[in-house]
Amino acid sequence: MKRMIASVVVGLAAGFAATAVSAATLDQIKQKGFIQCGANTGLAGFGVPDDKGNWTGLDVDLCRALAAAVFDDPNKVKFIPLSAKDRFTALQSGEADVLIRNTTWTMSRDTSLGLNFTGVNYYDGQGFMVRKSLGISSALELDGASVCTQQGTTTELNLADYFRANNMKYEVVAFATSDETVKAYDSGRCDAFTTDASGLYAERLKLTNPDDHIVLPEIISKEPLGPSVRHGDDQWFDVVKWVHYAMLNAEELGVTKANVDEQLKSDNPEIKRLLGAEGKFGEAIGLTNDWAYRVIKHVGNYGEIFEKNVGEGSLLKIKRGLNALWTKGGLQYAPPIR
Amino acid sequence: MAITTEPVAYVRGTPIAEQPPPLMARGWVAWVRENLFSSVGNTILTLIALYIIYLVVPPAIRFFFLDAVWTGSDREACLAASVGREVGACWAYVDAKFSYFVYGSYPWDERWRVDIVFVLGAIGIAWLLWLDAPKRNLGALYFFVIFPVVAFILLRGSTAVGLERVDTSLWGGILVTLVVSIVGIVVSLPLGVLLALGRRSRLPLVRLASVIFIEVVRGVPLITVLFMANTMLPLFLPGNMSPDRLLRPLVGVALFASAYMAEVVRGGLQAIPKGQYEGAMSLGLGYWRMMRLIILPQALRIVIPGIVNTFIGLFKDTTLVSIVGIFDLIKTVEVTLVDPTWATPVTRLTGYAFAGLFYFICCYGMSRYSLAVERRLAAGQKR
Repeated sequence: MKRMIASVVVGLAAGFAATAVSAATLDQIKQKGFIQCGANTGLAGFGVPDDKGNWTGLDVDLCRALAAAVFDDPNKVKFIPLSAKDRFTALQSGEADVLIRNTTWTMSRDTSLGLNFTGVNYYDGQGFMVRKSLGISSALELDGASVCTQQGTTTELNLADYFRANNMKYEVVAFATSDETVKAYDSGRCDAFTTDASGLYAERLKLTNPDDHIVLPEIISKEPLGPSVRHGDDQWFDVVKWVHYAMLNAEELGVTKANVDEQLKSDNPEIKRLLGAEGKFGEAIGLTNDWAYRVIKHVGNYGEIFEKNVGEGSLLKIKRGLNALWTKGGLQYAPPIR
Repeated sequence: MAITTEPVAYVRGTPIAEQPPPLMARGWVAWVRENLFSSVGNTILTLIALYIIYLVVPPAIRFFFLDAVWTGSDREACLAASVGREVGACWAYVDAKFSYFVYGSYPWDERWRVDIVFVLGAIGIAWLLWLDAPKRNLGALYFFVIFPVVAFILLRGSTAVGLERVDTSLWGGILVTLVVSIVGIVVSLPLGVLLALGRRSRLPLVRLASVIFIEVVRGVPLITVLFMANTMLPLFLPGNMSPDRLLRPLVGVALFASAYMAEVVRGGLQAIPKGQYEGAMSLGLGYWRMMRLIILPQALRIVIPGIVNTFIGLFKDTTLVSIVGIFDLIKTVEVTLVDPTWATPVTRLTGYAFAGLFYFICCYGMSRYSLAVERRLAAGQKR
């Protein structure tokens, strides 16, 4: 019932939005002087305020990269913290120009909600955490295990599918909130704890002895998280999409925040095109030709923001895994700039 | 018969010094006997209560004080494994996040502006609440007219006076909690009085409008009002016209509180005997002067507990704005809980304990103050 009401509301919203918001988001942004970025209200590694109240995180850095590309200033972005409930309406109503808020790319959202996902900036999926003392190294060894999970989420359904598909027995211990779930797992109520992999690493830190637990390598569901924009504005869609691709290409070509100035003199034609030394690729998307240079100079390439926010440079220590470049066995693949 | 000068019996010439009453009838022993162990039932209840206190208080003191960690720079300080002992509350985390709890994401270099507003507000509140303060009329003018304007300019900034503009999406923490609740309180009382008068008015249109407003607002949960304000409203407005994200729930909360306030005030108005109205009219007072001089002073005094009750409820209800993405104190606490720098098993408890302490101090302060005012205003009723 709740779901039905929500879809009616959102559907209505989409109808209104189509009339309310006109095209040319990029022009509006340039006129306003800042980007309105629909952000998370707090998710470890993706969007959290530091002690001084500045937002940091993987999603936050993508917002800042957009601001850097448009204004040459990563701080010309206004974060609109949105809850899971009001994120889509905020985008549809034009309150947010882009939604970069760990939102799973699904068909219904991409089509009937009137959104366009521009890419995947983090491949997430459901994973398992177990105690090291169990001596398990694969989720396939979980036969007969009791699994702690949060009630009424897709997590529970994925769990059932996975165990049934692999002919394994299991016992669900479900709780209303994620905190209760972690607590129960910590106190030994169950053998394994399951939620989205990025969340597993964050929750692990809340355990009494985080080092006694490991995250198993299997990912049992697809949760591609990515930025989204409104239907019907292809120019802005291109900008958001290519800022992400530029960061990926930069990593692939070895262009980093530190060496981007040297790389300007590089003879590599791919780097020349990326940094705007050759061609007019920036103008083609309504920006300046040094748009990608600005992004890398102010924010960094994809690998850098990954390591800084969720990878080895952070407390989460998430492995690149699916988020490694295609050249390194991952899924992150950007079309070439030419 | 010779009269003997010798006394027949010894009679003491001076009274002996007063003895204290027996131990069983005075002091704490008597108090305990009378209040805690006066009957079998009472004795059992006392013992049960003592047992509960024994269960709760020592562990709480242990957790919040004895085992607590007071200093540290990150989660290592509050992890039992790295400290090597049982760890209680992690006050080091509150210390590190304290400025975030107070200011939210308000730009670091501009926070002096918030401090000034806090000081100006404290002066205004003290001036108004201290009943013997000099020139309280001036104080009211200051608090209700001058202070809001100055605070608005300082907090939001204005290029006209050379202050950098700070968007309300950056406001947060105690600042937002106080802004929402003070605006709610200050707007709801006068608006509530007007609505209450409107509901009792003899003009049918005014009465109907007041009744409809009060009943509709009271019939809708606050959370619905907030969702309408922050999620639905932007969809109904043209794209280039979207009111500030903080202003919307602010208006919602204020209107919501005034509907409740109206009913509280109406209760007071109904308690005033008809003779008071008739007396006022026979003196030739018009409607507004009658209300201002005769009726409202009496009616409001009667409903002080109700008014303060509404204020306290409103103050705590402001936490609901966190659901629509406004960073009030609770929301800032919740956000810091996901910060990996401070992720420990005890962080959550500590964060909520801090928020609880803040709300308790504020609400308890309000309730004590209102008791004092009540006592003072009821002086005429005492014998």
